[in-house]
Amino acid sequence: MKNLYIYLVLLIIVASSCSSNDSEIKPNEKGTLTLHFDNVVGDKDLTLTSGVYTNSSSESFSVTTLKYFISNIKLKTTDNKEFVVPQDSSYFLVDESVEESQDLLLKDIPAADYNEVTFTIGVDSARSVSDVSKRKGVLDPAETDMYWSWNSGYIFFKMEGTSTAIDDSFYYHIGGYGGYSSDAKTFNNIKTISIHFGGDKATVRSTIEPEAHFYVDVLKVFNGETTLSIKDHPMVMFSDYSVNIATNYASIIEYGHVHNDPKK
Amino acid sequence: MLLTCCDGEPEPEMRIDAPVNFPSITYNTQKNPVTTKGFELGRSLFYDGILSRDGTISCGSCHQQGAAFSHRGHIVSHGIDDKLGTRNAPPIMNLAWQKYFLWDGGVHDLDLQPVAPIQNPVEMDEKLERVLDKLRNHESYPDKFDQAFGSNEINTERLLKALSQFMVTLVSGNSRYDKYKRGEGEVLTSDEIEGLNLVQQKCASCHSTDLFTDLSFRDNGLDETTKTDYGRYAITLKETDRFKFKVPSLRNVEVTAPYMHDGRFRNLDMVLDHYAEGVHNNANLDPLLKQGDVLGISLTKDDKARIIAFIKTLTDRQFLRDTRFSEASK
Repeated sequence: MKNLYIYLVLLIIVASSCSSNDSEIKPNEKGTLTLHFDNVVGDKDLTLTSGVYTNSSSESFSVTTLKYFISNIKLKTTDNKEFVVPQDSSYFLVDESVEESQDLLLKDIPAADYNEVTFTIGVDSARSVSDVSKRKGVLDPAETDMYWSWNSGYIFFKMEGTSTAIDDSFYYHIGGYGGYSSDAKTFNNIKTISIHFGGDKATVRSTIEPEAHFYVDVLKVFNGETTLSIKDHPMVMFSDYSVNIATNYASIIEYGHVHNDPKK
Repeated sequence: MLLTCCDGEPEPEMRIDAPVNFPSITYNTQKNPVTTKGFELGRSLFYDGILSRDGTISCGSCHQQGAAFSHRGHIVSHGIDDKLGTRNAPPIMNLAWQKYFLWDGGVHDLDLQPVAPIQNPVEMDEKLERVLDKLRNHESYPDKFDQAFGSNEINTERLLKALSQFMVTLVSGNSRYDKYKRGEGEVLTSDEIEGLNLVQQKCASCHSTDLFTDLSFRDNGLDETTKTDYGRYAITLKETDRFKFKVPSLRNVEVTAPYMHDGRFRNLDMVLDHYAEGVHNNANLDPLLKQGDVLGISLTKDDKARIIAFIKTLTDRQFLRDTRFSEASK
């Protein structure tokens, strides 16, 4: 019995110290972290146009377009150190119709063990009023339809589709960063969320390229703090009601899992 | 315009011809210095239908120099396929002093303004991306971009900044009034001077400074009962902004009829009649147009005639004819 006890203790000691994740980090070591956004509808995968789903208002619907900005990404390590992804490299547009856009590649991340990510759904207000030279890539009005030219600003979250509850399509174009001056204040639908990985960690190393998966449950856009009914609100764009949809979508992203894959 | 000379050297700098009687400019020339080649590129683009889906509509289609770059005689403009817009085309002048653009101030940066008409389905109905492609494949634009920006890369930033360089250069500050004000030998008639005094007393609380606008948004008592254009409300969603529109400048109004955001008044007589007798007690009516129970501005027939006489001295014929601002021959 005593031998077994010693055996167990030894096993525990060996097991806890013997993980490939505990390789020593060299100074200035960097790696790549991928954030994967998997768009789903409740417990089903999201399939554009052909997928049919039901919301809590018993409305049957399909989604034809789903796009949203993810920006201003920050990572936190297991010992509470924060790394801010350089802002110019931190604007992404996740588009359900573009597979590559669902993988956010973060390069030159300092090697560390990360277990929390913070990001913004939308485009921050400073960038929304910045010089046109700062509008590159997914922020370029020539590259995106997520931009209101008549009320300068970005559309943060766009979801369109059809439903048996209405004749036409439904359109949710949600934006509004607070306005460009104190006499032009508007609502602010920018949402910043932090997601913890629980007991998991993404071990970024020069030889390990972790991929963290998140689920984005669009059913919760309907079934949220406000119950959004397509019949009652088939078109929501720049209006006071959009605040309710933004509050709903602030809660639709959840942590799935992480795999710490060796670099290919 | 100050031009320093060139011989294979960095671009000659142009400066915005700011009249001494104007306040300081708002446009940030640090982020987009005006150069001769940038200005010329902007001018080419301004008059080029390439910005529209079918090549027929340019900025110059609705912003015509002889009308101070407004669309004289048009209540609203007709864009592509003769589709009608909803608002009267404002003049393009003195934009370097504007803070916000469009009748409702929906655009806060001149550089971003062209995106709106280019992509509006009833104006040019084109996508920015396609405009850039057309320019890249054009026989002379890549070279023009090279001369303006140092390489033949054609992108959103350069397209918009070139247009801004042209637009900010459109300065109107050499009317008879300006020359009179600056003591440059211009003489105004006694009626015109009387009119000037009346404008200063009765109109300058909104049409202030030598810009003849304080750039604010106000409800000037137009009859809104059958109208659905809510003005600034669409931008801020504030009830107190319902039916507020930007105070336009009085400069060159002799040639920019019809008047108001929807072109409802076809001449200046109708405008002054509105202020004297036609002001409606709207919910957000500007307090300056309501003294106790009295609505509007008290104006006699003679007052109106003199005001109009003065307003005509604000017509800047140099600006309307300046060939630097005209469509250059191809």
